[in-house]
Amino acid sequence: MSNLAENMTEDTEFVFLKLFTTGSGSVYSFATFLAFLGPLAGITLGFDAVTSERSQGTLNRLASQPIYRDSILNAKFLAGTAVIFLLVFVLGGYISGVGLIRLGIPPSFEEVLRVLVFLLLAGVYLSVWMALAVILSVVCRHAATAALICISVWLFLSLFMSLVASGIANAVYPLDGFAGLMNVESNYNLTLALNRISPYYLFSEAASTILNPNVRSIGVVTASQASGAVASSLPLEQSLLLIWPHLVVMIALALLGFAAAYVVFMRQELRA
Amino acid sequence: MEDVMIRTTGLTKAYESVVAVDHLDLEIRRGEVFGLLGPNGAGKTTTTLMLLGLTEPTSGEAKIDGYDCTRNPIAIKSIVGYLPDQVGFYPDLTGRENLRFTGALNGLPEAYCEERAKRLLERVGLTEAADRKTGEYSRGMKQRLGIADVLMKDPKVIIMDEPTLGIDPEGMRELISLIRDLSVEDGRTILISSHQLHQVQQICDRVGIFVKGKLIACGHIEELGRQLENEGRYLLTLQADPGGEKLKNAIASLESVRSVEEGAGGVLRIDSSADIRPQVTALLSKYGQTTLLLRQEGGDLDEIYHRFFEKAGEPNEHGGSQGKTGKLRSFLQTKFHKA
Repeated sequence: MSNLAENMTEDTEFVFLKLFTTGSGSVYSFATFLAFLGPLAGITLGFDAVTSERSQGTLNRLASQPIYRDSILNAKFLAGTAVIFLLVFVLGGYISGVGLIRLGIPPSFEEVLRVLVFLLLAGVYLSVWMALAVILSVVCRHAATAALICISVWLFLSLFMSLVASGIANAVYPLDGFAGLMNVESNYNLTLALNRISPYYLFSEAASTILNPNVRSIGVVTASQASGAVASSLPLEQSLLLIWPHLVVMIALALLGFAAAYVVFMRQELRA
Repeated sequence: MEDVMIRTTGLTKAYESVVAVDHLDLEIRRGEVFGLLGPNGAGKTTTTLMLLGLTEPTSGEAKIDGYDCTRNPIAIKSIVGYLPDQVGFYPDLTGRENLRFTGALNGLPEAYCEERAKRLLERVGLTEAADRKTGEYSRGMKQRLGIADVLMKDPKVIIMDEPTLGIDPEGMRELISLIRDLSVEDGRTILISSHQLHQVQQICDRVGIFVKGKLIACGHIEELGRQLENEGRYLLTLQADPGGEKLKNAIASLESVRSVEEGAGGVLRIDSSADIRPQVTALLSKYGQTTLLLRQEGGDLDEIYHRFFEKAGEPNEHGGSQGKTGKLRSFLQTKFHKA
């Protein structure tokens, strides 16, 4: 909150959105916090969804009731996503509420919309991780295995993916010497593409675009492209247009996880 | 309504390398308590899973009350109650809440559920523990709650997988009388799969002996025993001190004796067509011999089960060279398959 004042001096537009993107030296901003630690919440909700039923011996009993087998898995997903969206929207509401009281500046209509879109993104993002956890809980026999795999995937995609991406990009398009100058753009594009494999990167990119209307592009912009552009913030529709692929990819990832878990679960033999 | 409740025809389940259930033809009549006996890994659980539509048979079909188990699992599951061997409950719910949940899954109205849960908890003797969390329940209490759980949907058929596993003798007695009640008073058809024949023997109308995915013998327990006696195959193991040729010859000359073989340590194996124990005892005293071992095999059911169960642990190829056991086995296969 104290850092808000500093930020305000630079830019007086969209103060309310700064609530979500401003952190201090030791404290993460809300958006970073969600991007980095949110997956843990998703994983927690999913990693023992099926394994715990199995190890408790309730899966067999459940499956022998007159219900379709997929309703078990559907219920697991529905319950998980419901909790995630509740969590994300309550947190968002809480931050906005505290911000309103402390700042005394009401958000503009566009800011409210932007916050809602951001929270929706966050919900989908967490659901992707939950879907990953659920499929692992269907495949693995022990909840611990599923949890460990999830956490290692999370650590890899959140922390190390950028290293790997730039490493590969540097190997494919070396930046040394004279040829390096020619490679700069391809190198950057490849790094970006590889980074975007990670839902962490997708979410961070989308969140900063939607919460910061001054982000005009998420790719390379050459000087010639930028010349003549009107120096102002993007309207909501344009920001949405920028992050649309991100949202679609994240929804697709979540659905993919669900579909894979579904196929495996339906074919599984339900032995105690 | 036909009289057969459960019917399987050529039911087969093959995994990658093993055939768990091999062309099983089984008929279980309405209101009957049927025991599926077999050692671990004989395919009992696989059979029950196929009956419930929880796993798909490789070929053949199973029908319960006219419904196909694979194609119509929902209809099956609403008339069949299944008690798995390791029955589990949600540990953070109470016994009553667990039952209520099962009732809800079966689409029972709430008030009826409540009433029924109360009655069933009474019936299995869990009224006092009804509002404790099932995480604190003992193995026996869980088993009893499991029975109440199965009864929530008022099933026509109950399938129990190893219901007597890990229960103390007192709990066992209660369980057995409870199962009896379910069959006699309520007229439900019950299929029990187990490897503990003693308990099962007490409650089953008919048993099937299931080894390596095949049903080797099937029928009433008394029938199985009587059949054996009628077939007149008595195997007697005798060891006497000092023994010797004279005794052997004397026994061999008895009327019903088919053959006498002498094994290690002077143990005689006598194959006869009648119970010759009185004559042998008389002979022994006549020659002034001390009896060290006199044991009748084959006639008692316990022994047969035992042999079958032990046999299943060994590779099949040795069947012929197993001597007596192998012969007995093939003998039983031919005799009992028609039953």
